[in-house]
Amino acid sequence: MCLGIPGRVIEVGRERDLLMGKVDFGGVARKVCLEHVPDAVPGDYVIVHVGFALSKLDEQEARRVFALLEEMGRLEGGAGQ
Amino acid sequence: MKDLGASCPVPFGRYDRIVLGHGSGGRLTANLIRDLFMPALGGEILSRLEDQAVCPVDLPAGARLAFTTDSFVVRPIFFPGGDIGSLAIHGTVNDLAVGGARPLLMSAAFILEEGLPLEELARIAASMRAACDRSGVQLVTGDTKVVDRGKGDKVFITTSGIGVVQPGVSLSISSARAGDRLLVSGPVGDHGIAILSVREGLEFETQLVSDSAPLADLTRVMLEACPSIACMRDPTRGGLSSALNEMAAASKVGVKLQETAIPIRPSVVAACEVLGLDPLYVACEGRLVAAVGEADAERLLELVRSHPLGRDAALIGRVVEDHPGIVTLLSRAGGERVVSLLSGEQLPRIC
Amino acid sequence: MKFLDEYREADSVQRLADSIARTVKRPWTLMEVCGGQTHSIVRYGVDRLLPPQIELVHGPGCPVCVTPLETIDRAHAIASQTGVLFCSFGDMLRVPGSHGDLLQLKSAGCDVRIVYSPLDALQLAEAHPERRVVFFAVGFETTAPANAMAVHVARKRCIANFSMLVSHVRVPPAIEAIFQSPDNRVQGLLGPGHVCTVMGTSEYEPLARKCGVPIVIGGFEPLDLLEGIWMTVRQLEEGRAQVENQYRRAVRPEGNPASLRLLQEVFETVDRKWRGIGTIPASGFRLREQYHAFDAERIYGVGDLRTEESTVCISGEILRGLKKPPQCPAFGKECTPETPLGATMVSTEGACAAYHAAGRHLPGTPEKRSAS
Repeated sequence: MCLGIPGRVIEVGRERDLLMGKVDFGGVARKVCLEHVPDAVPGDYVIVHVGFALSKLDEQEARRVFALLEEMGRLEGGAGQ
Repeated sequence: MKDLGASCPVPFGRYDRIVLGHGSGGRLTANLIRDLFMPALGGEILSRLEDQAVCPVDLPAGARLAFTTDSFVVRPIFFPGGDIGSLAIHGTVNDLAVGGARPLLMSAAFILEEGLPLEELARIAASMRAACDRSGVQLVTGDTKVVDRGKGDKVFITTSGIGVVQPGVSLSISSARAGDRLLVSGPVGDHGIAILSVREGLEFETQLVSDSAPLADLTRVMLEACPSIACMRDPTRGGLSSALNEMAAASKVGVKLQETAIPIRPSVVAACEVLGLDPLYVACEGRLVAAVGEADAERLLELVRSHPLGRDAALIGRVVEDHPGIVTLLSRAGGERVVSLLSGEQLPRIC
Repeated sequence: MKFLDEYREADSVQRLADSIARTVKRPWTLMEVCGGQTHSIVRYGVDRLLPPQIELVHGPGCPVCVTPLETIDRAHAIASQTGVLFCSFGDMLRVPGSHGDLLQLKSAGCDVRIVYSPLDALQLAEAHPERRVVFFAVGFETTAPANAMAVHVARKRCIANFSMLVSHVRVPPAIEAIFQSPDNRVQGLLGPGHVCTVMGTSEYEPLARKCGVPIVIGGFEPLDLLEGIWMTVRQLEEGRAQVENQYRRAVRPEGNPASLRLLQEVFETVDRKWRGIGTIPASGFRLREQYHAFDAERIYGVGDLRTEESTVCISGEILRGLKKPPQCPAFGKECTPETPLGATMVSTEGACAAYHAAGRHLPGTPEKRSAS
């Protein structure tokens, strides 16, 4: 359910009564409604679903799983010695 | 791409759009042929305006004719990297080329919708001419009909092509053998995504252009270097997946693909993510996939990569004895899945 | 693409799969609730990387699949009317009602169009004031704020020729119905990441407590799925039943306040019928009174249209995780994506369709790779 794709906000502006923006998805850009992430600024990554940004991505949280994997790797390496 | 329309004169009398009379067979039809089609497409044979093209042929002993036909409908008719005209030439040329034939002669039949701007038709004709020249084929016969406004979609084009298969060359969809490697001549999905990027309601911004191109020179180079290539296909509708499923079914072999080896442009991947599509099912119009013997695979890959249309070619998988008729893919995440035939057109999804 | 590619990388994926294998001691049955998660699992073969003790069952999280037959029939009744321009997300077009799907209706001359966003439907209404534009508003809580925005803007701009056929569903009541069912087998739940970007995680706390089932709100990429499974298994092995958030890069505990405010303004909770499952209390949204002028069900008088579902298919049991697609005698035979008998075959997100697309109806494709 609910295809949500991460993209980078590259433009923010008002279009009539709506807060809109342009979001780049790895070389493909689309107009996206930013009403639900009113504090988004260019450079932020957002999750986009049916043309609406629903959530800003937290880069620090995004790195967490990789730290965990590193930790696992260290533990395994330690166990093997 | 050069704007071919700008260089065309507009000698269309008082009409700037197709009217029903252009299909009447009367003076308007004659004017259309004389003023629009002939300047763009006319060669020695077409200019005779006979009901049929009579062409001298010089076949070496043991050579065979290849003959194919294809209809082209595309919306919009002009898209990044091409238009319905060049597409109609390349598509038929490629169907001949992947059969191992050198394309020689073409026909084109136009169904025009009343209201089509003549300027657009002129651009299409000019683009067809450029595509014929690039492909080394001669357009020798054609036809034009006009339908009421609303009964067509601007223009439909049917092209047929005749080519020559040299003795010793024998390609078939049913000739892939276990042990063969699979070679694809370039990134897949460019055409389908380029079209979607300008489709009403789904538009997005991208630098991507269609891969529409004639493959005849590439296949000639490949077959000269390696006449034993058994099987080639151009993955058009239904994309790479459909071409390989057809190959697996017809050859009664299995196909194992490696996702990380399949060339796909980042923007195609991105557009597919956004729209919920699978790039393996997105059409190409200037790529081929070939089953080639293990011994020749690396050499052929180098050769294809040295060709302008094959710079990003890759070996993407193997033909296997296991699971005949089934295509599997080792995903980039390490799990395996079956890549089956789609039941219909891929539709953008939300979930 | 950043935030996608790194979560699909085989080495990392394998490392997490290995740690699941080390953590698991007993057999467990887990459910991933989202169709998007199901899709990702079969697309990347994630389930084949799991140790044999772990069984994944696929939940009811495909809004297209669970849209009841009668709602599809209502959509057809509206789209067939003269002057109507009917807009829908692409995935609803192939879902069969009692008399074929929307694509067939289009082929019969009705004006049915695919839109990418509900705002596109609104734009069509503004561009064609002479037409009556109806948008088929399906989806879970993820899609609801977008659809709510469309009708909110329509009201603000007085776009009188726009309306919505609303068939929104909510995840928590459906999960509760599954957990509370006497034949429930699901022991741990991979929660709906994108739903929770909107709703937050608090709704799931009482569910985990009441039903004694660990719930891990999870993302959609292979690495997310495996980490989510690992976190769920760890809870199960330790005897815990808590809500944990694996998808913290996108999901905040409080959800999205702007979306929640808009949902509150536009929709009210209502009992909703689910295809294959039946009516679940408080499991849907409908438009509030101040939006009745935009409610297609009222405008076109189709609210009383009732349709009974076929009894042949077992999609209800599949949606509740009691059975898997290959256990259905019709799977891949009478029931295919071309001729779907029920909910879970109709959308590519449906468990049966996902299995079918991945060739799991074919002989010689192992259900699961043996653990290495």
